[in-house]
Amino acid sequence: MKFVTAVIKPMKFTEVKAALDKAGVSGLTVSEVSGVGRQKGQTQVYRGAEYSSNMLPKIKLEIAVSDAFADTVIAILREAASTGEIGDGKVFVFDLAEVLRVRTGEQGDLAL
Amino acid sequence: MNRTILGGAGALTASLFAAMPVFAQEAAAAAPVPNPGNNAWMMTSTVLVLLMILPGLALFYGGLTRSKNMLSTMTQVGAAAAVAMLLWVIYGYSMAFGGEGNAFISNFSKVFLAGVTPDSTAATFSDEVIAEYVFISFQMTFAAITAALVFGATVERMKFSAAMVFVIVWLTIVYFPIAHMVWYDGGEGTSGLMFGWGALDFAGGTVVHINAGVSALVACLILGKRKGFPTEPMPPHSLTLTMVGTGLLWVGWFGFNAGSELEADGTAGLAMINTFVATAAAGLFWMLAERLAGHKGSALGFCSGIIAGLVAVTPAAGNSGPFGAIVLGAVASIVCFFMVSKVKPALGYDDSLDAFGIHGVGGMIGAIGTGIVYSPALGGPGGDDFVMATQVWIQLKSVIVSILLAGVGTVIAIYVAKLVTGLRVSEEVEHEGLDIGEHGERAYN
Repeated sequence: MKFVTAVIKPMKFTEVKAALDKAGVSGLTVSEVSGVGRQKGQTQVYRGAEYSSNMLPKIKLEIAVSDAFADTVIAILREAASTGEIGDGKVFVFDLAEVLRVRTGEQGDLAL
Repeated sequence: MNRTILGGAGALTASLFAAMPVFAQEAAAAAPVPNPGNNAWMMTSTVLVLLMILPGLALFYGGLTRSKNMLSTMTQVGAAAAVAMLLWVIYGYSMAFGGEGNAFISNFSKVFLAGVTPDSTAATFSDEVIAEYVFISFQMTFAAITAALVFGATVERMKFSAAMVFVIVWLTIVYFPIAHMVWYDGGEGTSGLMFGWGALDFAGGTVVHINAGVSALVACLILGKRKGFPTEPMPPHSLTLTMVGTGLLWVGWFGFNAGSELEADGTAGLAMINTFVATAAAGLFWMLAERLAGHKGSALGFCSGIIAGLVAVTPAAGNSGPFGAIVLGAVASIVCFFMVSKVKPALGYDDSLDAFGIHGVGGMIGAIGTGIVYSPALGGPGGDDFVMATQVWIQLKSVIVSILLAGVGTVIAIYVAKLVTGLRVSEEVEHEGLDIGEHGERAYN
């Protein structure tokens, strides 16, 4: 099993979500986050006083998938989250040791 | 005609009767009765000015602070206003408008509002009168907001107790005398100093804004910078609330400006339209100035421009034509933008919320500009005998005297507050925020 964490542009979320739905991804966790990468940050100006912030708003997706499905999900993220511009985000893939469905006690692929 | 607030109960009415001895007996029999329409407008104006303080100024200032100082900022505004209200009825009204005194203060004959009854009247600019209690209340709100304005420069580091001591001393030695000097007409030789010169201050450009702005600058210089200023970011915590406060200030300012006519007449209407258009111009011109300086036109810029325009049009409200007011608002906005975005950073003083940069500077531009836009050639209400150079000189003299008095008075008031309370919160309280440190509350959980 794999655990896929993707940090994407907020404007791409709807598109990514639709593509994942279409591919049959049944569960994901979504957070509004801020972070810094290669993309330059923002400068805020209040009455002439400049405050530079390199933190930008992003959306973080967390998806647990079977090994067989992982490449599909990664490909979907690669395609749907891309604008071709700097700041499109990153996808992190981890090996997932165990999954437990709390209600039924199912474990592993059955719990996904 | 010199359109300045005329103080003193029945002063004008009394002088009119004195000039008509034939009717003296008849007049004595029929005491002047306030026109209910005028009285109603003045009561409305009075509560509109209260709207400017709480919630208007409290939200405007509060939103500009960091969230840990939101409540302390709003509480200082509200409590300073409350202190001013009480002092006003105890001795402030008497010092400013109590009757014949000298060029600097009236007298103490109306301490604790002695002799004022529901039948007492105060003069307006015509032979109309308004209820004296209404006049007292209206003028009381001016003292209240002026005291509160000063804290725009000192928030986030001044003890609440120090703020209260400061307000008591400052109102006594600065505000009440200046209000008398600018607005009291006791007749030849007994009027306030600047009123006697013929200074134009329709609704408080000198009394309120220059006074508060200069005092704010002096106070923040003595108090010192906030810990971390200017290296640590201190952006406003809620521009939404600042925008709400700005809107409430603009609405309330109609009471401030149009109310200062003391009657619901055409000049009040002129003050009203000027308060619309000068402000509109100023809000837009601040954003334009931001664009020209290479930034984005910002919400805070719009709000700041609105306040700068309101400040600048205050002395000119009934003393300018609408197009003179537009120019005044635009000019004040650009100059204030330059002050807060360039001059303040260059000089490095910590006028936290730009009380001096907007109220002080905008007030000076408004006061001096009033001497220009009053001209009938520019659509102003000045008479045929109006001489611009003379009037501008009078305005300038008034500004200088106000600066000196506010400056010296504030030094005294701040050092008294320091002696009594220590003035500044501890470093720990400043770090944790004054909401918890001074009041034991949080604005947001």
